[in-house]
Amino acid sequence: MSVTAFSALVFSGALAAGMLGALTGLGGGIVIVPMLTLLFHVDIRYAMGASLVSVIATSSGAAAAFVREGFANIRLGMFLEIATTLGALAGATLTGVVSPHVISIIFGCVLLYSAYRSARPPQEHVTAEHPDPIAVRLRLNGTEPTPHGPRPYAVQHVPLGFVLMVGAGVLSGLLGIGSGVVKVLAMDQAMGLPFKVSTTTSNFMIGVTAAASAGVYMHNGYIDPMVSLPVMIGVLCGALFGARILAGAPVRILRTLFAVLIVVLAIEMLVKGVRGVA
Amino acid sequence: MSPDGPPPGPDPVPPVEDERVERALGTLLRHGVLIAGAVTVLGGFLALTRGGGAAANFATFHGEPEPFRSIAGIVSGARGLDPRSVIQLGIVCLIATPVLRVALSLVAFAMRRDRIYVVVTAIVLALLAVSLFSARG
Repeated sequence: MSVTAFSALVFSGALAAGMLGALTGLGGGIVIVPMLTLLFHVDIRYAMGASLVSVIATSSGAAAAFVREGFANIRLGMFLEIATTLGALAGATLTGVVSPHVISIIFGCVLLYSAYRSARPPQEHVTAEHPDPIAVRLRLNGTEPTPHGPRPYAVQHVPLGFVLMVGAGVLSGLLGIGSGVVKVLAMDQAMGLPFKVSTTTSNFMIGVTAAASAGVYMHNGYIDPMVSLPVMIGVLCGALFGARILAGAPVRILRTLFAVLIVVLAIEMLVKGVRGVA
Repeated sequence: MSPDGPPPGPDPVPPVEDERVERALGTLLRHGVLIAGAVTVLGGFLALTRGGGAAANFATFHGEPEPFRSIAGIVSGARGLDPRSVIQLGIVCLIATPVLRVALSLVAFAMRRDRIYVVVTAIVLALLAVSLFSARG
């Protein structure tokens, strides 16, 4: 296959992934690595490099819109970025040591967890009382805009959230993904933030986290221009287009389809990884 | 927490102020992505005009050649309009966008004399610098 034909095919795949990601709200980044490795037989390290680049693009492109809505908690995001960038540096450095087959297996597990989470959305635990003393000291508590005016929330369990965020960073650096699923786990579940606040703050953080991995990836030679270009442009165009047609889209059906697709990809990644190790 | 008043601590920053700065930074991010996208697409066109017919082989990992791994190498290649270097330069612009955002947040916190967040943001920026400029192991 010529480079031009390869790029055109990868572009179409990335376009579809970006669109599905925007329509389902699950992010298209997580399917990029399996698509490139399983469908196009790209080495997982080049795939991770291209995926990471597309994650930075979509996160940065969307950040402006999220801040405008007034949900993102900027100070909390900045504070937790210490955790995610630290984790990302460690994770990205680990990619030079850990075997690609092991990475493939970890990737499969994260995909399975994502599918499980999209099928069973967690409960909200928002309270305006008893904030963590660290949250008070760092002024992390905030308010969420609602139709009935701003609703205050108190941030809980800051140390636990911070540790989980280090984990999110490690996964992001190790797999070349945004790891929004783990960030949401840390913020919704551990720190008791409202959903909208945690998803928008998470998106705000993803670009910075990914940039921390990207430097290491580039030094290690994982970012190939001819793989990254069609992925980045494809995902960006797909995300923009998906956001436009969101209003009329059958989101529930798409979410189910996307979850099924993720499970299939997860099994393939696990099989590929286990075969390589054995 | 004492029952007779709000907890002690620094005065909260008015959220409106926060939001104004963040909105400006959000716009900056979008422009950064647009510029990065334009540069990579330009590189893509250059690649098309100069033999995009080469066989694609990404199945085995060789690691990128040395000039594509460092900012200096990429910039010097892009000056000669080498297509792959131009694409790589666009990707460097993209990576730089969130880093610039953090740097400008640092300035914004410093202007508000928000000492805690100056420190927090400086740590994040330092970690990013380690990733971007550290010597390869």
